[in-house]
Amino acid sequence: MAGTDLVMYEEEFHLIDAELQRLHNQANAKVVFLVDKNGQLIASVGETKGIDTTSLASLTAGNIAATGGMAKLLGEKEFSILFHEGEKDNIHISIIGQRVILVVIFDQRSSLGLVRLRVKKSSEVLTGIFETMQVKSEQDKAKGKTSASPFAEITDEDIDNLFG
Amino acid sequence: MSFINYSSREINVKLVYYGPGLCGKTTNLHYIYKKTNPDAKGKMISLATETERTLFFDFLPLALGEIRGFKTRFHLYTVPGQVFYDASRKLILKGVDGVVFVADSQLERMEANVESIENLRINLAEQGYNLDTIPYVIQYNKRDLPSVAPVAEMEKLLNPKGLPSFEAVATTGIGVFDTLKNLAKQVLFELKKGR
Repeated sequence: MAGTDLVMYEEEFHLIDAELQRLHNQANAKVVFLVDKNGQLIASVGETKGIDTTSLASLTAGNIAATGGMAKLLGEKEFSILFHEGEKDNIHISIIGQRVILVVIFDQRSSLGLVRLRVKKSSEVLTGIFETMQVKSEQDKAKGKTSASPFAEITDEDIDNLFG
Repeated sequence: MSFINYSSREINVKLVYYGPGLCGKTTNLHYIYKKTNPDAKGKMISLATETERTLFFDFLPLALGEIRGFKTRFHLYTVPGQVFYDASRKLILKGVDGVVFVADSQLERMEANVESIENLRINLAEQGYNLDTIPYVIQYNKRDLPSVAPVAEMEKLLNPKGLPSFEAVATTGIGVFDTLKNLAKQVLFELKKGR
């Protein structure tokens, strides 16, 4: 199977959330969110009301994937930063530790320079957190701790119930 | 590659609908979208051309309920079926947990079906997956049309291993949920094994 499943525990989630909060404040951003490369939303902070974050996450990942495909064709490893400029809102997208995507939405209250600067700092912190997560999940796997999975005792009936 | 979030008690799973051009992948998603409780679904997103051919992907998030206290979300994607969009198809298979192959039952589309399944096998392998081990369902779509191949023949051609398969008419919804349910089941059982 390609790659490992991403498992997020309470502790790391709080660290990530705190870092996103800090970035949100320091960069004067509207919304900050984190998506994994497969399009799953990991965390979001800011004015997320009225924004369809699930769809935004999936499109962001599609965007990064398409840009990554372009990079490969040109012999680049990846294009690690994307920037979309709108009339009011702008989106700054960057890849962190080759695994997750950091998205910052901002308007005229902030500037591209400020966002870039703050994103760079947060990237380092977030990379560290994800490395710890990776190590932890590998250790758990080695210990055979997978039996703690909430799905270990799932039954046919549980699944049938989902579909009503 | 599912994503389990212990903090928000959520599990996210990615399912991809694959198949030749115009076989009904988007139609499957449209039907699911139409028949799902509004609280359970997000917006359906279609990145399509002006003639409604899928350009990059369709996306439909479904929150079906809870299993053992975990909110279970399925993210359904389709790929563009047309041959020349192969680069996009590869991208969408990234991190996939389960695949539905939608086959077009019309006799004249058999070659396209075979080509597409072969393409699926290659593109999965490029991402490190094996079509023989990943959760996988085949759907024989368009059973209502006049010039369809017999199911037994399609089984022989497209499904020699006898994996789960369903007959369907996606436009009216026949077989659509049976297909989805079977795949969802396989994916959740895969999670149960803990890989």
